[in-house]
Amino acid sequence: MNLQVNIGGIKMKNPVATASGTFGLGREYSGFVDLNRLGAVVIKGTTLLPRLGNPAPRIAETPAGLLNAIGLENPGVEAVVEQYLPFLRQFDVPVIVNIAGDTVEDYARLAQRLDRQVGVAGLEVNISCPNVKKGGMLFGSDPDSAAEVIRGVRASTSLPVIAKLSPNVTSIAAVAESVAQAGADALSLINTLLGMAIDIRSKRPVLGNIMGGLSGPAVKPVALRAVWQVFRAVKIPILGMGGIASGEDALQFIMAGAGAVAVGTANFINPAATIDVLKGIEDYMEENNILDINDLVGAAHR
Amino acid sequence: MYNKNTAIIKNDEVMPGHWLLCLDSPDIARAASPGQFLHVRCSRTLDPLLRRPLSIYCADRERGRVYILYRAAGRGTALLAGMRPGDRLDVMGPLGKGYTLPSPGRSVAVIGGGIGAAPLFFLLSEIKAIYSGRLENVAVFLGAATGELLLASQTAALGFSPYTATDDGTVGFKGSVIDLYIDTNGSKVDRIYACGPPPMLKSLSRALGPDIRAEVSVEERMGCGVGACLSCVCKVREGAGEEFRYAHVCKDGPVFSIQDLFF
Repeated sequence: MNLQVNIGGIKMKNPVATASGTFGLGREYSGFVDLNRLGAVVIKGTTLLPRLGNPAPRIAETPAGLLNAIGLENPGVEAVVEQYLPFLRQFDVPVIVNIAGDTVEDYARLAQRLDRQVGVAGLEVNISCPNVKKGGMLFGSDPDSAAEVIRGVRASTSLPVIAKLSPNVTSIAAVAESVAQAGADALSLINTLLGMAIDIRSKRPVLGNIMGGLSGPAVKPVALRAVWQVFRAVKIPILGMGGIASGEDALQFIMAGAGAVAVGTANFINPAATIDVLKGIEDYMEENNILDINDLVGAAHR
Repeated sequence: MYNKNTAIIKNDEVMPGHWLLCLDSPDIARAASPGQFLHVRCSRTLDPLLRRPLSIYCADRERGRVYILYRAAGRGTALLAGMRPGDRLDVMGPLGKGYTLPSPGRSVAVIGGGIGAAPLFFLLSEIKAIYSGRLENVAVFLGAATGELLLASQTAALGFSPYTATDDGTVGFKGSVIDLYIDTNGSKVDRIYACGPPPMLKSLSRALGPDIRAEVSVEERMGCGVGACLSCVCKVREGAGEEFRYAHVCKDGPVFSIQDLFF
């Protein structure tokens, strides 16, 4: 049975990765999951300088979902390179660094800093974070500005470049086409959906940042639809994510067109969710006599 | 540690709205220290989605059992209250950084408000062991809304004589447990341990002199429980002024030095 996939030049031993922002910088879950068994580890959004993030409360539970407004808290790219990557290099797993900036130049400088960095297999360019005042989703909501960021990153690195897209747009396929043309090797979709919650006792928004990004099983149909549309629009591989908690969920994404999947919010509920998803995929392939996972990619379109 | 199939031994309502859960888990019992928590999945479905952090009430290492005293306050804990002996519970833990245990004989005050007294019960049983039962230097202060919600008899059963305060004055001092502490405890102690609602910790912070060490347990909305999602932040001092950084309650806490916190 072949589980190996290639996402824009990143060779993964299986199609199950962790979603950025839900797996810290890799160490946090290493006592619960053997990182060697993962297809890839995508670490927390990293910026040029350290960021404090947003005031509490940063999360709110919703029906089968989770709103978060972390605000890209991270120790900055230097600390990630010096203090966190060495730990991840002990494992036989591709590490993808999610990068975020306020300006096109920020992204380019991040890409440059991480280029040829031992232990970095690729960059996931976060043009879709809904929880920061500058950059983030502002870039990803428009095909032209999204392409501008990707061109800047593309010119600054030889690493595989994955553009992480926002679902908070009129046409995600249009953004996908634009970043593919700008040189993205692959696409991650989707980031979270912009949402909010209100506490009727205090008559105030629950989140310190007022609005946040919705994730978890509640968003899965939206994510699946995005993968379906983008698969029809572009040729580059898709890392599909949004509410995946089981092998069945993952298979739906793969059949919609995802070459690999990432498990996000489900890690919080089940620290071994990635491994359970992988087992679910393997069981399905065995039961249905499927020899290569790549044969299932986009199967629902045929 | 992570065990999806932790057996429930008991789960009984022991005070109005409060349940005592007993889990069969020698591993957790061995590893747990006071102030740490278990991250428990209360639902078998995807709604409510997140785990609930519940502080450890006590650990019986000989029998391999762990106890949690919790208030059925929301949807998650209400579901937990519906679970029966023999049911299996999905448990991560023990997690977090707990209280620093005192060296034998040091004078300490232990102050608990409401259900916040639960983790302090674990602390008191450890102090009793460390002090070889010589407890004259340990002052215990318990506060609750009403007398029936005080953990007074449980604490007395360990050999402590708690000072008590209730909001309605039906048992002990009428008023807050911090006012009671100030009224009672003129002399200085080496260290204070506290757990309770934010207003209680705030008034404790105001009442304390700068040279008294106090460790307090903090609550915040929590996601992963292991420091990955960065949700459960609280501000801690960075330098002398108003500068701060965010600490993560699940990993850097839940127990913090009170001097480091902002109120």
